[in-house]
Amino acid sequence: MQRELGLLLEFRGVNTHYGDLHVLKDVSYEIGRGEIVALLGGNACGKSTTMKTIMGVVRPTSGSVIFEGQPIERLRTAERVKRGIAPVLEARRLFPRMTVLENLELGAYTRKRGPELAEDLERVYELFPRMKERRGQIAGTLSGGEQQMVAIGRALMARPRLICMDEPSMGLSPLLVEQVFDIIQQINRQGTTIFMVEQNAAMALSIAHRAYVLQTGQVVLSGEAAKLRENPAIREAYLGELQVSAAA
Amino acid sequence: MTLTDVYLQQLINGLSLGAMYALLALGFTLVYGILELINFAHFNVFMVGSFVALGALNLFGVTPNAPPLAGLALGAVLLGTLAVTMVASGLLGVAIERIALKPLRNVRGPAAMITTIGVSYILFNVVLLGLGADSKNFPSPLPALALPIGGAVLRLREVLIWIVSLVLMAALTWFVQFTRMGKAMRATAQDPEAARMMGIEVDRVIILAFFLGSALAGAGGLMFGLYYNFTSYIIGFTAGLRAFTAAVLGGIGNVPGAMLGGIIIGLIEAMGGQLVSASWADVIIFSILVLVLVFRPAGLLGRVAPNKS
Ligand SMILES: Nc1ncnc2c1ncn2[C@@H]1O[C@H](COP(=O)(O)OP(=O)(O)O)[C@@H](O)[C@H]1O
Ligand SMILES: [Mg+2]
Repeated sequence: MQRELGLLLEFRGVNTHYGDLHVLKDVSYEIGRGEIVALLGGNACGKSTTMKTIMGVVRPTSGSVIFEGQPIERLRTAERVKRGIAPVLEARRLFPRMTVLENLELGAYTRKRGPELAEDLERVYELFPRMKERRGQIAGTLSGGEQQMVAIGRALMARPRLICMDEPSMGLSPLLVEQVFDIIQQINRQGTTIFMVEQNAAMALSIAHRAYVLQTGQVVLSGEAAKLRENPAIREAYLGELQVSAAA
Repeated sequence: MTLTDVYLQQLINGLSLGAMYALLALGFTLVYGILELINFAHFNVFMVGSFVALGALNLFGVTPNAPPLAGLALGAVLLGTLAVTMVASGLLGVAIERIALKPLRNVRGPAAMITTIGVSYILFNVVLLGLGADSKNFPSPLPALALPIGGAVLRLREVLIWIVSLVLMAALTWFVQFTRMGKAMRATAQDPEAARMMGIEVDRVIILAFFLGSALAGAGGLMFGLYYNFTSYIIGFTAGLRAFTAAVLGGIGNVPGAMLGGIIIGLIEAMGGQLVSASWADVIIFSILVLVLVFRPAGLLGRVAPNKS
């Protein structure tokens, strides 16, 4: 349904290499405006590489990355951030010896300073009231859940059109995972498109509109999240595994 | 002169040397904090800085036989010399980074560090060949004001060195702590890849670190000249090694650590020279370097865990 609004981000036949290691193999994605799209897959299949390719930290060896109708694969990372792509990095990656407020400010690094920044900061504090109390605290001393909130808040400070999240549930307790996913949904409802890498397939598919499944660098399955939830291959490969680990 | 006076005098001397080492140590720490590179070219950026200061002073009419200045004229000459020296040294640091180090940015291993040693020798030899091996008289525009404290003497040059160093260190701390670029520097030091994904142009941060560090080394070169009344192509190695020790002692990569380390090394040099003998001062200082590296590599204020967490 969301795709009627048009495409926001596209991968067309993207290949990436680390030296001789061929990671993404002729990968294509289509992310529509307003969607939550999940990227599922096992370890080392190229999920984080996908995110780094969007951010421009990794350059494709061939193929095209298109954002708002324009190829961006040759742009510098800073330029991509300016155009409206913000990351929530794997394992949070806050600046550990800076305060919560400084971390949030750095999310808005490419934006002009002005009253809008203060408004956006208030909006982030509304979403995460605890962050307001903790704004002077050194980020490295926060709990994992709090760090994830700051990481999401930091991405919002860029006023992005697209947020790329790399395993936002990693290392969080089930209760916190639920909270984080609630917030992701809330952010999406306010109009931000979300492309999200997840190992927690059950949770991801419960909030995503669509999903791609990556296996050793190739897209092996894609479609509506609701349909994928019923797909026996997915149930066996990802959802089954998850129930076992959740019970453990 | 009583023994107390002697120690008081050495305290004054030590604080002056320490202020100079602190300025120099900051350059090692700023660059290391961002690139994890020990920049040995810094030694001789300091040396070149002292020659730039000498040239600037001559340009402003301060020569060995000129009468001392006072009031506004003195302030203008000192500020002018400091500004010219810092800008020229800063640009020299940036040129070294752009020409010699940037091409090696993605090369693993010690290539970049070894290159800084090479650059250091180039600067050393260029000054030696260009200006000769004899040490140069460093004229001072300062009037010979001195305040006797008991048997010790506090001269204007020491007060000036303290004030200039304090102002520069306070300015640097303010810059790193509160400005947008300063925050970008700290972010880049803590996690370069994440910083890049915030939209920070890491390349610009690196240029800035070299500029600031080298500019401070230039200021240190001016202090050296004012303190010792000479300069020479050879001054970079001793002062540079002591300042490097100061940076390691304080915790390399740590800005307040470099300042603290500098002061401590300056005091050790002055007091140690008094207590034992001047020739032992370096033995003590470099023993400290070795002991810190072995037993507390993170230094006094550094984090025990390495840079990334
Ligand atoms: N910077 C790098 N240099 C070399 N190989 C890398 C690098 N980053 C990732 N890889 C390799 O690329 C493959 C895909 O990694 P990644 O995209 O991080 O997987 P994941 O799906 O677990 O996020 C892995 O085999 C990994 O070891
Ligand atoms: Mg990953």
